[in-house]
Amino acid sequence: MSYQRVKFYQTGTFTVGNRLLDEADRTVQARMDRTNSLNSGHRACQGCGEALGARYALDAVMRATRNQLVAVNATGCLEVFSSPYPESAWQIPWLHSLFGNAPAVASGVAAALRAKGKTDIRVVAQGGDGATVDIGFGCLSGMFERNDDVLYICYDNEAYMNTGVQRSGSTPARAWTNTTQAVGTEPGNILGVGKNLPRIAMAHGIPYVATASVADLHDLEAKVTKSMSIRGARYIHIHVPCPLGWKSDPAQTIKVARLAVESGLFPLIEAEWGVVTDRTCIRQQIPVEQYLALQGRFKHLFNPRDEPSLASIQAMADGNIHLYNLVPTKPAMES
Amino acid sequence: MEHKPFAITLDPASSLANHTGNWRTMRPIYVDHLPPCNQACSAGENIQGWLYEAEEGKYERAWRKIMEDNPFPAIHGRVCYHPCETACNRGQLDEAVSIHAVERFLGDYAIEQGWQIEAGEATGKRVLIIGAGPSGLSAAYHLSRMGHAVTIYEAGPKPGGMMRFGIPQYRLPRNIVDAEISRITAMGVSIHVDRKVDNLEIAIIEGKFDAVFLAIGAHLSKRIDIPGRDTGRIIDALGFLKKMEEKEVPKIGRRVVVYGGGDTAIDAARTAKRLGAEETLLIYRRDREHMPAHDFEVEEALEEGVLTRWLNMIRQIDENRITVEEMILDDKGYPQPTGRIKTLEADTIILAMGQKVDTRFLKDVPGLDISQDGVIQVDDTMMTGRLGVFAGGDMVPAERTVTVATGHGKKAARHIDAYLNGFHYGKPPSKSVAKFDRLNTWYYTDADKSQQPYLDLARRRASFEEVVGGLDAATALLEARRCLSCGNCFECDTCYGICPDNAIIKLGSGKRYEINLDYCKGCGMCAEECPAGAIDMIKEMR
Amino acid sequence: MKQQVEGSQAVAQAVALCRPEVMACYPISPQTHIVETLSRKVKAGEIGNCQFLNVESEFGALSVLIGASAMGARTYTATTSQGLLFMAEAIYNAAGLGLPIVMTIANRALGAPINIWNDHSDSMAMRDAGWIQLYAEDNQEAVDLHIQAFRLAEELSCPVMVCMDGYILTHAFEAVDLPEQEQVDAYLPLFEPVQLLDPQDPVSIGAMVGPDAFAEVRYLAHHKHLQALEAIPRMSQEFQDMFHRTSGGLLKLYHTDDAETLLLALGSVNGTIKDAVDDLREEGWPVGSIQLCSYRPFPSQALRHVVHNAKRVVVIEKDLAVGQGGMVSSDVKMALRGLPTIVDTVIAGLGGRAISKASVIDTVKAACLEGLEEPHFLDLNWVAINRELTRQAEQRRSGPAPENLLREMGLSGGKTV
Repeated sequence: MSYQRVKFYQTGTFTVGNRLLDEADRTVQARMDRTNSLNSGHRACQGCGEALGARYALDAVMRATRNQLVAVNATGCLEVFSSPYPESAWQIPWLHSLFGNAPAVASGVAAALRAKGKTDIRVVAQGGDGATVDIGFGCLSGMFERNDDVLYICYDNEAYMNTGVQRSGSTPARAWTNTTQAVGTEPGNILGVGKNLPRIAMAHGIPYVATASVADLHDLEAKVTKSMSIRGARYIHIHVPCPLGWKSDPAQTIKVARLAVESGLFPLIEAEWGVVTDRTCIRQQIPVEQYLALQGRFKHLFNPRDEPSLASIQAMADGNIHLYNLVPTKPAMES
Repeated sequence: MEHKPFAITLDPASSLANHTGNWRTMRPIYVDHLPPCNQACSAGENIQGWLYEAEEGKYERAWRKIMEDNPFPAIHGRVCYHPCETACNRGQLDEAVSIHAVERFLGDYAIEQGWQIEAGEATGKRVLIIGAGPSGLSAAYHLSRMGHAVTIYEAGPKPGGMMRFGIPQYRLPRNIVDAEISRITAMGVSIHVDRKVDNLEIAIIEGKFDAVFLAIGAHLSKRIDIPGRDTGRIIDALGFLKKMEEKEVPKIGRRVVVYGGGDTAIDAARTAKRLGAEETLLIYRRDREHMPAHDFEVEEALEEGVLTRWLNMIRQIDENRITVEEMILDDKGYPQPTGRIKTLEADTIILAMGQKVDTRFLKDVPGLDISQDGVIQVDDTMMTGRLGVFAGGDMVPAERTVTVATGHGKKAARHIDAYLNGFHYGKPPSKSVAKFDRLNTWYYTDADKSQQPYLDLARRRASFEEVVGGLDAATALLEARRCLSCGNCFECDTCYGICPDNAIIKLGSGKRYEINLDYCKGCGMCAEECPAGAIDMIKEMR
Repeated sequence: MKQQVEGSQAVAQAVALCRPEVMACYPISPQTHIVETLSRKVKAGEIGNCQFLNVESEFGALSVLIGASAMGARTYTATTSQGLLFMAEAIYNAAGLGLPIVMTIANRALGAPINIWNDHSDSMAMRDAGWIQLYAEDNQEAVDLHIQAFRLAEELSCPVMVCMDGYILTHAFEAVDLPEQEQVDAYLPLFEPVQLLDPQDPVSIGAMVGPDAFAEVRYLAHHKHLQALEAIPRMSQEFQDMFHRTSGGLLKLYHTDDAETLLLALGSVNGTIKDAVDDLREEGWPVGSIQLCSYRPFPSQALRHVVHNAKRVVVIEKDLAVGQGGMVSSDVKMALRGLPTIVDTVIAGLGGRAISKASVIDTVKAACLEGLEEPHFLDLNWVAINRELTRQAEQRRSGPAPENLLREMGLSGGKTV
């Protein structure tokens, strides 16, 4: 993982802050003077993981760049809830163009900064999973292969939420959406489809790829900070639960995200130049069922129990655990 | 920029005009629930509170927080049976916080540093305390902090009561007892030793006391009916332990039998072992599971070579022998005779059958309600039937421990203070207890309990050196940091950090947080994630 | 200095003289020579610190420019045909955001059937996107319009397409007077954006606008074009003052004063038309012609003023509004509403079909003598069409019309079914 967990400090580095830690070891989010790149008054649903993830990530970038940041946003929930006329929740220079072009727009911003010799200003592009893995994928791939100096952040809530919950290329197996309904012989999203964008990003051989979760702020901030120490194309894929689309309790957004990580379904990894360099180990491994059961979009797996599907999803988690060695047997990992 | 394109370009953070708080149906509120350790503490300590200070290495603040409730941290850190740790929620996670070890560290550190407590501004009121045991000294300490002039009459040669004459040195070194008592005398409390009160009413009049606190403890050993009881070398456990404080140690011979199953029995057996008895045999009529003694003390005794005969009853005591009958436990756990008889050799028989109160000096005091075993009845304010005379410690109905007695001292002091000032002390309403299920334990670091060092066995068998060592500063700090701060905010910033609406205002170190109701949508994430369970969601009233 | 140069090279030179800062390009014929040349110039360090991005699509190209322009950079790209349609979403977006991007359209037909030759279907498809559209008659004007376009775009904060006929201009070698750098610098000030992505002064650009303000935002876009109607002739005049030649403006007129019949067209066909006008005038026909240089904004007032005394306007346009007729002529009719002037629509030059002087003359005469069906298709092969229509009527699975037509016209070796 990107940083060393602090042991024995009551909550170590698991909580947002920790009065027992040096200021420098606390998160940006613990600071009274954090930038709140995305401010109050936005219209995200209660318990929105994406609103949280965006503030986490951008505040960390703001710290890393000493507030020299320009953000480009794809169309989607984040854009709509943050900037309906006449009110914007952004406190940073922010540009929204289209659904599918945020990576290219950001490339343009980076190019302009290069042309003007203002390379102290950095650019972040951000979008949801639809904008990233589907409609904006061409532009994203182009930005990657040109190695433009852009950090692209995907806030993955695993479906098109802004349009009312439809399937995306990031919708997980068996999940209900309004275009993968829980009916018929294969209820929900069918098995064996979808794409793994972090691995596709790695295949571009770009300098940095990471996954992160709103459930692990220290890990997320460390990755964002590290990404900003690098020039070139960088990609961070952040798992952000959506209470609306996942039919989960808004109060449990972090918990749901945490169980995704702890089950192995959402592995936290880092890769440089296309090679996996690190992963964040699972702390308390749980069966995928615990994660799925918190979400109404998987309700049909439990009544009656769909054993083959549950086994398949568990196999995916096990596959991740094996692939990234998320539960090392030896040597004992720092928890 | 002055001429922004209309509508498509917006000013930063203009969303602050949009008060999303009106979406809310539930609202979060910060609460302080009662940590189970605090609830369990017989001395009424705010354990979570002083651990909070200790976590930051603020040892003096931590110590002073203990001292608000308990004047004997170094003593309690050694001899308290720490019900707090039994209640500790961390016990359900891995192991309870070693609260006593941290308390002991703080107590010892305070002695080392010479920290003192100031007496309160003089009120002119005079209080007499009878008995300089934990209860009397505790009351004296608190009354002194309240500004009252306190005089203690102690029948024994030294103050300390059971802390000096009941608990063996290897559990509680006497320099610790002396240090914590001398801090009280330094506040101006005058202790008159070898001052036995024969008639309370006369003592009150002579000393012009405005109130009295009786805290003489329970020193009379209970007797039991065993044939031949008075033959041979039979002594009572308390007398035996008390003799250890005298210059000449008691002679006990080669084979010692201790009869009883309480902590005093264990103390007597371990002391006998240290005095050189080749064979120390503990006889108890029930089995180990049913012993009232604390199991860790039994374990330590066994380690030191004390032998046991569970389920045995002494039927007869002769010159150098005793006759025992094997017992069997019935369904209810009571011992029943089996008829199997055995004879054992014994040079000394120590009886540890419990104690009762010596209330002879109270016989002329009007209105007192004294039970058969000498226990004195008190009301909610710890006042006896005689106006202005309060009682506490082992002489009133309660569990007989140093901690309970110390707690009585504080409680009595509060009521005596109220009595002297002509009002009634009302205890603040209890908060609900922060049970384990309130906590979000995921956030806490996995951390094993710190272990206190033990004296090696050979020296334990042969000397009165303290068996259990203290934690060093670094370890005590880590142990304090295992506290989960149940039900109380410890400023981890989690609520502040995870609110998707930035609707939590951080007020700064030590000032905690506020909910910004203009923007809080009432999602409940803060309450769900709070590690300590210090946020509740309540229905929004509109 | 005049030099014999390919149109694409000339335009590339002109763009380079405008000191663009970011260019993002994707290859498509017949635009390629322009971007190839610019790419070489950037790599050779001939355009300052300009950044040239080889992107993955036209959509990406314009999107890059959207970002760069919002960051305050002078931006340029070139495309055509399918590429322009692939950009479509970004085309509207750039205009909606008021970003002064300049783009060359090397006009080309739209498929299917795929066709790489010239007509105006592509830029016409984007005519209402909010971009200013200027159409060059020849390569000299193409060069000059690019220089004017940057100034126009940046003054109004509005994107501009400079349209030049694919192959006919882009690949034609003509004598072109390329200006000196100092002249261009004197004409084209540094880009000062009306808004900027600036960490010192953060704004949110690209808000979602609902019913309460959307119509106003659209009106303001329209208003920008009304301002352009004033700015375009002014800049053309200033250009003339500085460079001593006429280029651009709203309309360019040829013998219009005493003409009863006026031909009206966009782009390079005006050369042919002017030749036809000369011939017709020699025969005594009172004709003249109008080159519509600015199609968006549409110069209705100026046109109305010119046409005022004419009896007939024959619009020759290289596009087809399928199911309706002519796009340009519709605009002309709208401009001339209330006047007795007859407006004819001649659909010509689709997919690179040559527009001959003879056909133009014949069509003008026919219009004047007997009138034209509306719309009139120039030089259509009715035999081939009728046979195909018959075939289609006879059999459901009649096969692909384009291939059938090619066979009919003897242009393919395929077997006739």
